[in-house]
Amino acid sequence: MRTFNIGGVHPAENKLSAGSPIRVAGLPKQAVFSMFQHIGAPAKPVVKKGDEVKVGTLLGEAGGFVSAPIYSSVSGKVAKVDVALDASGTRRTAVYVDVEGDVWEDTIDRTPTLVKLSDRPELDAKTIVEKIKQAGIVGLGGATFPCHVKLTPPPGQKAQCVIINAVECEPYLTADHRLMLEHPDEILVGVQLIMKAVDVKHGFVGIENNKPDAIALMKEKAAAYPGIVIVPLKVKYPQGGEKQLIDAVIGRQVPAPPAIPINVGAVVQNVGTAFAIYEAVMKNKPLVERVITVTGKSLQQPSNLLARLGTPFSQLIDECGGLPEDTGKVIGGGPMMGKALLSLEVPMTKGSSGLLVMRQLESRSSEEKPCLRCAKCVSACPMGLEPYLLSKLSEMNNWEAAEQNDIVSCIECGSCQFTCPSHRRLLDNVRVGKATVMGIIRSRAAKK
Amino acid sequence: MNPILIAVAVLGIIGLVAALILFLASHKFAVYEDPRIAQVSAVLPQANCGGCGFPGCAGFAGACVKATDEKGSLEGLLCPVGGQPVMAQVADILGMKVEASAPKVAVVRCNGTCENRPRVAEYDGTRSCRVVQMTGMGETGCPFGCLGCGDCVAACQFGAIRMNPETGLPEVDDEKCTACGACAKACPRGIIEIRLKGPKSRRVVVLCNNKDKGAVANKVCKASCIGCGKCVKTCEKFEAITLENNLAYIDAAKCRMCLKCVEACPKGAIHAFNFPPRKPKEETAAPAAPQPAPVAPQPAPEAEGGK
Repeated sequence: MRTFNIGGVHPAENKLSAGSPIRVAGLPKQAVFSMFQHIGAPAKPVVKKGDEVKVGTLLGEAGGFVSAPIYSSVSGKVAKVDVALDASGTRRTAVYVDVEGDVWEDTIDRTPTLVKLSDRPELDAKTIVEKIKQAGIVGLGGATFPCHVKLTPPPGQKAQCVIINAVECEPYLTADHRLMLEHPDEILVGVQLIMKAVDVKHGFVGIENNKPDAIALMKEKAAAYPGIVIVPLKVKYPQGGEKQLIDAVIGRQVPAPPAIPINVGAVVQNVGTAFAIYEAVMKNKPLVERVITVTGKSLQQPSNLLARLGTPFSQLIDECGGLPEDTGKVIGGGPMMGKALLSLEVPMTKGSSGLLVMRQLESRSSEEKPCLRCAKCVSACPMGLEPYLLSKLSEMNNWEAAEQNDIVSCIECGSCQFTCPSHRRLLDNVRVGKATVMGIIRSRAAKK
Repeated sequence: MNPILIAVAVLGIIGLVAALILFLASHKFAVYEDPRIAQVSAVLPQANCGGCGFPGCAGFAGACVKATDEKGSLEGLLCPVGGQPVMAQVADILGMKVEASAPKVAVVRCNGTCENRPRVAEYDGTRSCRVVQMTGMGETGCPFGCLGCGDCVAACQFGAIRMNPETGLPEVDDEKCTACGACAKACPRGIIEIRLKGPKSRRVVVLCNNKDKGAVANKVCKASCIGCGKCVKTCEKFEAITLENNLAYIDAAKCRMCLKCVEACPKGAIHAFNFPPRKPKEETAAPAAPQPAPVAPQPAPEAEGGK
């Protein structure tokens, strides 16, 4: 069975909610839409206080090419345009909507019937990409990179295959797993749409083999979709990283930045994104809801919820039995790459793939001890970097050396910190270094 | 012949030849360095703190000599550590005149003590301000205030900043501070300002960096500037106070130390440093005023210093 070549770790899987079907979460009383739900330029609010909105009404238009529009996921009245704390711990411009009823825009097709690609022969690549762009779809795996940008290869580059990321290597998270079990056909049509958009004949869906039911079902369904191959993968974190997945599925290595996956002929999209693309193109539905895993060892009812964007996290936790008493911290995202939340009133965004309630005992980090020079972090690093060195260089502000040692290649997966027997906070320092060095590179490019 | 003598002779000849080669090479490849650079370098403090903006003292000496030759003045060049006396010496060596500039000092513009600014979250990662800054808000609700991990303390080459364990804020020792600016650069939130020291170290400063709207700023910290503008009104005569982004700022060059703004501030965000204690009548007038006492000039006990 395939997997990526360099490094990787095996955190405990803890997929507590794998058996619970996707439930529809209730509507919030007030939904908050951050204008910064994607990588790139923030969206610009186009509504003002008192405006009536429906589900699917445009709230913020894209602020540039690398940006995405934001649609209301509820119907009601705009309460205010202000700032709101988001999951990253910063305050950004946001639109507050007081919810009244649940009225959808008429253009959205809400019937569950499957629309196949053969039913819509008039769709060409340009229309598909345009529709995806209009629907505000971003990478739903968590990176939230605007989808249409990836589907518009730079001039001179041509994609050779589409790889669908259904790995879900983060412990605890099961949203993609459930989505595959419950909507396999929609996902496969979505994959076909992506393949058509970038004009390729081959599509691969990489699934880790800790989801045998999903692999079996997808294989069975994929037989009817020519060109799509399901690739079972050996379980290893961080297989869901774009570069790791390309290595695992087609055996090609993406060179260090500024190279991107398209340079090796691959376009990678998340399985949730494929589903959203299906809904956007075939059902005219903008990105207004997504599946989120709400989980935790002491949570009463770990579940997968289909929740509207803008719903406060506190409500999602209430839907799963309320916040347990022994809660130590709540993490937005998975335990490896997620971020501890400052407040539970933070609204759900396009990138919210999970909500993890950790017990007090689990949430304390251990005492940091001196580096043993065991080089476990080096063997764990999936990018072949030397985390101990990068961390030290960053502490010493030695940015030139950090750049020479490829600090910008770091994908911030946290394998180094996870594996360190001295519990050193390697990633914390590397992250600071990466951000600084990227700033230096950008300012150098701007000078030229 | 005695083999020892042969060895001595051979080695002697090799030595002479090598010396000749080195002599010729040192003349042929000699790099001329202005002797004034070494002279200037000798009077500099040799702390290599980089406070002047050049890479170390030698770099600054080179810049001084270059400025003398090219511009004919030492304008804009200042060794913040040595200050006026050292600059006068440098000017002497280079035959220049140096204009007097007032001494400066680092000021921590945050008064979010544990009491004023309650902690709303617990941070468990690396104790470094710039790491905390990347995670967002920090332990308190204030996105502009001191993070309290002491990056400035680590950056100070002169031991002039220490963390006060009671307030959780860094304190600057006016005597030791050389205004090199290393702490200001190290602070990811830009709280530390290099400011005019003022006569007898007396200065009036807005101890807040919160640019949020009044209501938001008020909620996170008892001592935050809410941008009400009362201080601006009291200072209409001197126009030393400006209000920008909901934050008042006192221009040290224009401030006349009348202390009216200190009284006017409803939040006690404006502090007067090193002024003699107020007259008794004011003390009786407001004995339990919420306004925190100005930072005492006496040095804090050394035993508690460090991290």
